[in-house]
Amino acid sequence: MTPTQSGIERIAAAFAGSGKRAALMPYLMGGFPDIERSLAIGEACVQAGADMLELGVPFSDPLADGPVIHAAATSALAGGVRVEDVLGLAASLARRVPVIVMAYANTVLRPGAEQFIEALAQAGVNGLIVPDLPFEEGEEIARASELAGIALVPLIAPTTTEERLQEIGRRARGFMYVVSVTGTTGERSAGAGTFAPLLARAKASTAVPVALGFGISTPAQAADAADAGADGVIIGSRLVRAAGGANDAASEVGRLVGEFAAALLPRVA
Amino acid sequence: MSSVAHRYGPYGGQYVPETLMPALVELEAAWASAWEDPDFRAELDGLLRDYVGRPSPLYETRRLGERIGYPLWLKREDLNHTGSHKINNALGQALLARRMGKRRVIAETGAGQHGVAAATACALLDLECIVYMGEEDIRRQQPNVARMELLGARVEPVSAGARTLKEAVSAAIRDWVENVDATHYIIGSAVGPAPYPAIVRELQRTIGDEARAQLLERTGRLPARVIACVGGGSNAIGIFTAFLEDDGVELIGVEAAGEGLESGRHGAPLTAGGKAGVLHGSFSAVLQDHDGQILEAHSISAGLDYPGSGPEHAYLRDSRRVRYVAVTDGQALETFAQVTQLEGIIPALEASHALAWVLANPGGELDLVCLSGRGDKDLAEVIALSAQA
Repeated sequence: MTPTQSGIERIAAAFAGSGKRAALMPYLMGGFPDIERSLAIGEACVQAGADMLELGVPFSDPLADGPVIHAAATSALAGGVRVEDVLGLAASLARRVPVIVMAYANTVLRPGAEQFIEALAQAGVNGLIVPDLPFEEGEEIARASELAGIALVPLIAPTTTEERLQEIGRRARGFMYVVSVTGTTGERSAGAGTFAPLLARAKASTAVPVALGFGISTPAQAADAADAGADGVIIGSRLVRAAGGANDAASEVGRLVGEFAAALLPRVA
Repeated sequence: MSSVAHRYGPYGGQYVPETLMPALVELEAAWASAWEDPDFRAELDGLLRDYVGRPSPLYETRRLGERIGYPLWLKREDLNHTGSHKINNALGQALLARRMGKRRVIAETGAGQHGVAAATACALLDLECIVYMGEEDIRRQQPNVARMELLGARVEPVSAGARTLKEAVSAAIRDWVENVDATHYIIGSAVGPAPYPAIVRELQRTIGDEARAQLLERTGRLPARVIACVGGGSNAIGIFTAFLEDDGVELIGVEAAGEGLESGRHGAPLTAGGKAGVLHGSFSAVLQDHDGQILEAHSISAGLDYPGSGPEHAYLRDSRRVRYVAVTDGQALETFAQVTQLEGIIPALEASHALAWVLANPGGELDLVCLSGRGDKDLAEVIALSAQA
């Protein structure tokens, strides 16, 4: 990363240079199972072929998350994880790949949008996703992000109307996060048939890459997402479940990420 | 943009996942059209009259009034069908759900009063009803759990966090995210993302509209003070709204001080002050730490055991139109017994907070208290606590 490169540019470069049919973005919960091991998990993801990392800040009341990520956040908080600890993690990982922080609105607003985003920039974070911030409420955070060169990544859902999609597409920075299902985060069995129409709508609405997430839990689904036109794939609950289950969480998560990365390699003609 | 309020000063808003935004837009439009539709209003008014028993009586206490030495009037929401003010909102929103073609209803409940009201309205209107309730509240409000199940609702236990109202609301919102197309969420208090605080206020304002007219008719005057308990704040906003323009009428919201404000174990975000934050879709007074993590509330009263508050209350506090105070578990328990013995009325533990504040801070002129619910549901818990004491 060159010092003058903004978060937006660094994310764009990661999408363009992934060498895969879609860029691979693992999600990890900051501080789960603990700070040290989540750093090891993040590094294992990079080693196994992650093009970017999405790093969750644990929040007490995560309304967009299903049981696996909710439980991981609760466990991290019970272990005493603070926001500054997660920013420390972000700083380490951002030396390797672009890091996009996922934080709930109250995490951002508590210190103040400007202060929080300044702290992200200081840590070398490149993007921010706020899952409970529709564009109507996002002006202050968008302005502060723009000033700091941080990409404020919006979400769209299958329920998003065409009118809203245009508004969101115009405001999107870094990439557009396409929620694959009407629901919270969690492993599901949805496939290409449901991905393609939504991805096509998303791509038509915006100039930035579109990444599919929520419910992608197998390499075959990731390949389906790439086939359906996704520029990136986000894997969350499946990896967080592995992070909480295995004795050697980092190597187990790394192994899984490797399988996802392999599924996204270009097909040999 | 419709005329439904989204912000009260800096408070309110819609901090929800994008998945829900179209549903909130749809709800706002459906609400605005229903509220202007004479047929909708006539059906609701008819049910409030014949099914709920409105207008609820306005009652001048005898021995309580003697005790404090001046007139104390109670707005008897405890006499409503299902035993609290919650039915006013639940019926209105269940009619709205039916009008929107949503046959599946979800609700959260703390004390169980809103859950019972929602289950009742859904039984009447033949809607499927699922009520989220924290495991701790299921334990302390058993009679209401049995009532909801008898009414045909499914009670979903919530095991996250402190297993009380905050987690029940979160679980209901997550269910709504999953099932938004066919589901209406009947939120039980004047909280949540817009347009909910405005809808709940309109459906509850009948409390104050009636009480103001009844008191004028009976005494020819307005009250010196209007007092109501505040958890999320629906009975309080319901009774306050009619008096907001009456400059001479002092309005007092009573929160739960739990084990004492200084103990940190309370449910009084408005009284305690501190930085506002986002909980359950709106920006308002909330109990939170330096990282913005929402703290657990504590109150003996399940209905006040909530770390947030309705956004309009935060605005009314800042604008100094309403004064917010807090009453401890001990004071509320003592008042629960005292009011029962002096007046022959068993007040809900929630409303006991409002009455306790009046008994401890007599005004001397004429007070109106919203007796938001009856205390039968609290008997087992109160008896168990008395046995421990």
